[in-house]
Amino acid sequence: MPDISVTNFAGGISSPNPFWLASAPPTNCGEQIMRAFDAGWGGAVWKTIGEPVTNVSSRYSATDWNGQRIMGFNNIELISDRSVETNLREMAEVKKRYPRHAIIASLMVASTREAWHEIVARTEDAGADGLELNFGCPHGMSERGMGSAVGQVPEYAELITAWVKEKARTPVLVKLTPNITDIRTVARAAKRGGADGLSAINTINSITGIDLDTFIPRPNVDGKSSHGGYCGPAVKPIALNMVQQVMADATSALPLSGIGGIGTWRDAAEFILLGCGTVQVCTAAMHYGYRVVEDMIEGLENWMRSKGFSNIEDFRGLSLDRVTEWKHLNLNYKVVAHVDEQKCIGCDLCHIACWDGAHQCIHLDRVSGPVDGHVEEHLIPAALEARSRSAVAYTPVTRKERTVDIATHGPFPTPLARIPRVDETECVGCNLCSLVCPVDECITMVRVDAGLAPETWEERARGITCVVDPNQS
Amino acid sequence: MSTATLPNDPLLRARFAELHPPLTAQAAVIEANRCLYCFDAPCTAACPTHIDVPGFIKRISTGNLRGSALRILDANILGGSCSRACPVEVLCEGACVMHRYNRDPIQIALLQRHAIDTFHASGEELPTSPITRNLRVACIGAGPASLACAAELRRQGASVTILERRPLPGGLNTYGVAEYKLRAADSLHEVELIRRMGVEFRFANSIDSASDLDNLESEFDFVFLGVGLGAMQRLGIPGEEVPGVMNALELIAAYKTGRIRQILGTVIVVGAGNTAIDAANAARRLGAETVYLLYRRSQSEMSAFDFEYEHAKQEGVQFLWRRQPVAIRTDDHGRLLLDTVQMQQVGEALLPIPDSDFTISCNMVVPAIGQSPLTELLQQFRHVETRDGRIVADPATGQTDNPRYFAGGDCVNGGREVVDAVADGKRCALSMLKAAEAVYA
Repeated sequence: MPDISVTNFAGGISSPNPFWLASAPPTNCGEQIMRAFDAGWGGAVWKTIGEPVTNVSSRYSATDWNGQRIMGFNNIELISDRSVETNLREMAEVKKRYPRHAIIASLMVASTREAWHEIVARTEDAGADGLELNFGCPHGMSERGMGSAVGQVPEYAELITAWVKEKARTPVLVKLTPNITDIRTVARAAKRGGADGLSAINTINSITGIDLDTFIPRPNVDGKSSHGGYCGPAVKPIALNMVQQVMADATSALPLSGIGGIGTWRDAAEFILLGCGTVQVCTAAMHYGYRVVEDMIEGLENWMRSKGFSNIEDFRGLSLDRVTEWKHLNLNYKVVAHVDEQKCIGCDLCHIACWDGAHQCIHLDRVSGPVDGHVEEHLIPAALEARSRSAVAYTPVTRKERTVDIATHGPFPTPLARIPRVDETECVGCNLCSLVCPVDECITMVRVDAGLAPETWEERARGITCVVDPNQS
Repeated sequence: MSTATLPNDPLLRARFAELHPPLTAQAAVIEANRCLYCFDAPCTAACPTHIDVPGFIKRISTGNLRGSALRILDANILGGSCSRACPVEVLCEGACVMHRYNRDPIQIALLQRHAIDTFHASGEELPTSPITRNLRVACIGAGPASLACAAELRRQGASVTILERRPLPGGLNTYGVAEYKLRAADSLHEVELIRRMGVEFRFANSIDSASDLDNLESEFDFVFLGVGLGAMQRLGIPGEEVPGVMNALELIAAYKTGRIRQILGTVIVVGAGNTAIDAANAARRLGAETVYLLYRRSQSEMSAFDFEYEHAKQEGVQFLWRRQPVAIRTDDHGRLLLDTVQMQQVGEALLPIPDSDFTISCNMVVPAIGQSPLTELLQQFRHVETRDGRIVADPATGQTDNPRYFAGGDCVNGGREVVDAVADGKRCALSMLKAAEAVYA
């Protein structure tokens, strides 16, 4: 089996696997973290330690989608409500019992050099393998000049990172807030301040929803709410983009612990492909418990095995150079939609999506056999529906009526009239139909040779066309 | 529209508990979210009334239950009873694309019922409109076809009167659908909502003569014939008059209205259509220990839906194939003796097998070999063409060869489902409105 252990991440943090619990309720106390390690987690970032807070009730809310719970998750909980002493006493105990696992102390204290020096010294004495500076918490703490109030001002972030580095003996990670125009500005500041690594992203400012009976946004705290931090599966695309931005920028890039909507090994693999050395998980563990890590570990190992990767470094960052600016994309690359008639179930979502949401080139005008592209009936969707709804239909009460007439049904599982036809001359290859199709591999985007050499917008704007060997594309 | 004549009988409730219990609110949303929301959906096309199935299901998923119910009722005013009585396996749910996706079809009937039941429970009335048209229509019969015709006409501002010879409205919805599918009380509640839309009902109002029709023609612009079929056909064998012989529709109406509460011993149902199955299941649930269903042909030729056949087997009904009744006798103890012969297919002909006589002792014989047409009544409908006991009407408009007469439901189609009658009635209403506009144009 491949080796998924992490060695000397950010210059000194090692763990049996790249799966760490993020600084959050699942890492609130030593008892939890020990159970998490028993379940398989490779590391844990301790729930942010600092001056104990008083939390409100209630604290969480979520967005459900299409019957699925917690597509996105939101919290207005603050940092640890337990004393520094308690947290550090438990940390020492956990480190003693689990010496191979990574324990990172998330820290947030008042913005003075002394306060930071003191907390760094105390946590390192307790045995922390590394420090994560919480410059990202978007609610509550920011009103007190901490959290994202620091993370949104590069100068503050750089200054505090430098204070911490004056004292720290273990690797220092800076956790970045996404609630900023360009996440790289703070990443650069952290790097200038001497950070050994980064964690990204923290939660995104959010209001998840409003109760339509009481008009009170969620979560409800005695009739009022407050913006919270959004996380969970919904934020993964935002996180991936920010990870890519940081890792593709030489002045920002540092060893990165990826965070944001990671719930499966697939998500983790994607973050690692964009350069992350470890990943952090919270919402999935809050939703399903620590046991979710089992499949993360096995799934990642099996995928690496199937791809021939023997360790994390073998594939870390492989996708980074596959992200480029739009102006470097090949304008002469063309794909068109292809419908597999054997797989089509006849829902015709692709038809209405193409007509209303794209380029009006998927038609329902097949009358017999595979069509060569010359049937051009082009009824608009409303006319097609009107035709069906004005037809006389009746209940098939006799056995004969219940026997489908094969002759009018056609050669495929779905009646021919319901299998869409793609007008390839009009198809722009936008992918929309393949995205709405509920059946795997039914609509595929097939490359067509436009007979043109690759050309990017930048080249076209410059009036230059370079000839590239098509076998290399 | 009193339900006072209906039994509120705990025994009946217990014995005819619902075959398909309703969905809970959360289950309905989960099921609604399974719907793919097909374009030009096959379920909608398969429904004779073309209910916008994805449209009403989408509304359930977002919690817009009033909108969902109104969307259903807009296409099918009897959406509540159809959600219970429709053979959805051969209609909307049979057409669901999920079958080709190797998944269970969306439970359209239960979702529809959820929307309509919620609407009814909320105490909401159907939207109604003032009389805005100088158009008066009489609907003969208060079954599903007439109700649908009347509701559509009222919605569009015409005035409508329904004439019914029986004491309760609803036709077979009230008197003829198995109680474990559709309760008579639910049928009456549905009719009550239509009455409150402003449809006038005249009960105990039989149209039996030419002069009755003359009176109608002088009072109304159009007449809708939604008279259904006549009594069930007789077996045409000796002994059919004896007590203990009761046809399937009589049996069903009798238990639904509380006139029969229990059946003991052995019951023989003759016939293999859906009504025969309903009667056989009812006999079992009413207490009959042994219920035979006798059919002169084979299983593969029975007209009952496959799911009804499966259901009857689960109820404990025993099927005797290729067996024909030839006479009914009474023994010394007052029990019935049904003489039967075994049949065989000889080419096109169905012939008795010699010396295959077999007599079954039983307590009750239930003929269920179809309804006869209302031949005598139809002859009163002057200038309305009939053929094979059915009224001839244009399938697209429901108009008969007499332009003042329209017809729909079983008296035209020979006996289909509630939803077919509703579709007919609605089509006729729209045709009448069009015809009336043409007159004044």
